[in-house]
Amino acid sequence: MIDWSFFLEILLPSLYEGFIMTLKIIFWSIPIGLVVGIIIAVSRVYGNLLVSFFSKAYIIFFRGTPLLIQLFILYYGLPSIGIYLSPFVAAVIGFVLCSSAYHAEYIRGAIQSVKSGQVLAAQALGMSKLSAVLNIVLPQALRRAIPGCSNEIIYLIKYSSLAFMVTCIELTGAGKIVASRYFTYTEVFLVVGAVYLIIVSLATKALNMLEERLSFPGWENNNNG
Amino acid sequence: MKRENELILQVKDIHKSFGGKEVLKGVSFDVYKGETKVVIGPSGTGKSTLLRCINQLTFPDKGTVWLRDQEVTHHNLKEINRFRQKIGMVFQDFNLFDHLNAIRNVEIALIKVKGLKKMEAREKAMQELKRVGLSRQSLLYPAQLSGGQKQRVSIARALAMDPEVMLFDEPTSALDPELIGEVLGVMQKLAREGMTMIVVTHEMGFARSVADEIIFLERGKLLESGPPEKLFQNPEFERTRKFLFKLTELYGDINGYRR
Amino acid sequence: MENLIVVYQALPFLLQGIITTLGLVLSALALGFIIGVPLSVGQVYGSPWTKKFIGLYVWFFRGLPILVLLFLFYYGLFNMIGLNLSAFMAAVLVLGLRSSAYQAQIFRGSIQSLGQGQLLAAQSLGMSKGMAIWNIILPQALRMSIPGWSNEYPAMLTESAVTYAIGVMEVLTRGNFIASRTYRPMPIYLTCAIIFILLSYTGMKILHILEEKVRIPGFEE
Repeated sequence: MIDWSFFLEILLPSLYEGFIMTLKIIFWSIPIGLVVGIIIAVSRVYGNLLVSFFSKAYIIFFRGTPLLIQLFILYYGLPSIGIYLSPFVAAVIGFVLCSSAYHAEYIRGAIQSVKSGQVLAAQALGMSKLSAVLNIVLPQALRRAIPGCSNEIIYLIKYSSLAFMVTCIELTGAGKIVASRYFTYTEVFLVVGAVYLIIVSLATKALNMLEERLSFPGWENNNNG
Repeated sequence: MKRENELILQVKDIHKSFGGKEVLKGVSFDVYKGETKVVIGPSGTGKSTLLRCINQLTFPDKGTVWLRDQEVTHHNLKEINRFRQKIGMVFQDFNLFDHLNAIRNVEIALIKVKGLKKMEAREKAMQELKRVGLSRQSLLYPAQLSGGQKQRVSIARALAMDPEVMLFDEPTSALDPELIGEVLGVMQKLAREGMTMIVVTHEMGFARSVADEIIFLERGKLLESGPPEKLFQNPEFERTRKFLFKLTELYGDINGYRR
Repeated sequence: MENLIVVYQALPFLLQGIITTLGLVLSALALGFIIGVPLSVGQVYGSPWTKKFIGLYVWFFRGLPILVLLFLFYYGLFNMIGLNLSAFMAAVLVLGLRSSAYQAQIFRGSIQSLGQGQLLAAQSLGMSKGMAIWNIILPQALRMSIPGWSNEYPAMLTESAVTYAIGVMEVLTRGNFIASRTYRPMPIYLTCAIIFILLSYTGMKILHILEEKVRIPGFEE
């Protein structure tokens, strides 16, 4: 029933290239998206009126509009004002912008859940506000944000498939190409699906382990004396 | 009960309003080296605000604060941070850094603010924890400590900076009764060792036995001040007498705390 | 500028897409709800086999990208079993099944946070398990789920644009159509973006009002 020759000689080699591209995409997008998210969150909470307004608008735009539109604007729209991005770059920028907005919201919530008295205590010891944020607030906030941010990272792994829509051929795109050529959508996408399920499951496990590693006694408490 | 003639802190005519309501209406007093000043008064009269105006966590609308011969008020942030190193503060809610264990809580400002090397900071921090009787709890996290222990860590944290004066903002108000004694004990010890302290509290036993001078703050104004014997036995104002009487009734005359 | 004129002329065509988009989103959410509630009940009160099966279902639909699900079902499975659905119907089905997996998790969390007590009390009064779940557990759990559930709406809204890939004539598809004709992608895409933001905003406002109306007095969590 399963055409093994097709499977081994045609499908897997074609998918392999796409798989590598998917890995490339996520290895660039995830860390940069997280860092940008932290910056936006800190700007939103501690920035002056202008900075905080800009961060808020950024978050509303990138969370409130479909990722696909953002990708289209980057890849198909920017050329009309003279900016030409390669499919890969456009995809990565799009994923960074979008995921950073979600990360920013999780981190913002976490920052605000750290009792403000601790900042006061840090300042009373002579720490500048910046030092207090870096050494006292963020270490706690980032740990609290791990569940939310892990969630967003898993989402990113999945929506990396949209890179295909701006002609960056990753795993899903490679699958579509093979499937439409040989008319074997079901088989191809069951394989593609299996690969995603494996990546997502591994990533989930890894992130859960990270969360455990980083916890300190009492960190689940939001109201600590 | 020492009164050396070295003037450490001067608070001059502090005014502060919040949202149209004037909470401090011109408060002034002097603090000498080694003195323990206790500030009492009805809730909401701005006692906490007064302390925060001293280390500039709140900026007074009018008035000045002087540390020895330098003005603390009216400075840029960098200068203020320098002054805060010399003024220690202990909060009602402890405000320990939850993600750090006890010894790290005490040493972090030494490393980040004073720039001490890790080993030096660790040594100093252990010293201070010993001073407050918590050398065996150094590796525990705030969540694993009792209220009294948390407050003692926060005292150690403030002491580690070698401040010239320590401000205590109702240090025992958030504690269960059994735990108050251990904190008051530490504060007594500090007073005996010659630390200059300003303490906002309701603990009358402490005030009576440790204070060099008691300040009664009522409705934003310094109504009366003087040594404990004077205020408790022969106050100038009827309101003072009434307030002290009420407090003694509520909180007991001599609390059973460890010396 | 001519940009504005282009947008103005494109508006009717785009706005028709709103009907498609909203239809898609609301139908998928409804389908997700109808399937999700029983799934959540099964996950909390079901037999070990039921729990395993539902767990697998949830893992499958949450672990796969939407694009892969759409291609797998619309071009693959549906054809294989001879199911001839329009792109729109296929999209509703796929998004709905996927949403049911997410919604099941939300409801499961709410049911579990109610604790054992409620069920035990109901059973001690003589109610069967089914009656207790229907009359006591679900009304509370569903109300508690509203804040978490409200997130499903904007999420589904932004995800609906992916159905462009199988040709559903929603807002983005139409926008793309016009952009390629008029060679003015930026203003068109930005207009589409604004449409989505407005849809998201109004939807959230309505959900907020709903949440207020349905709130149990004194029950703040």
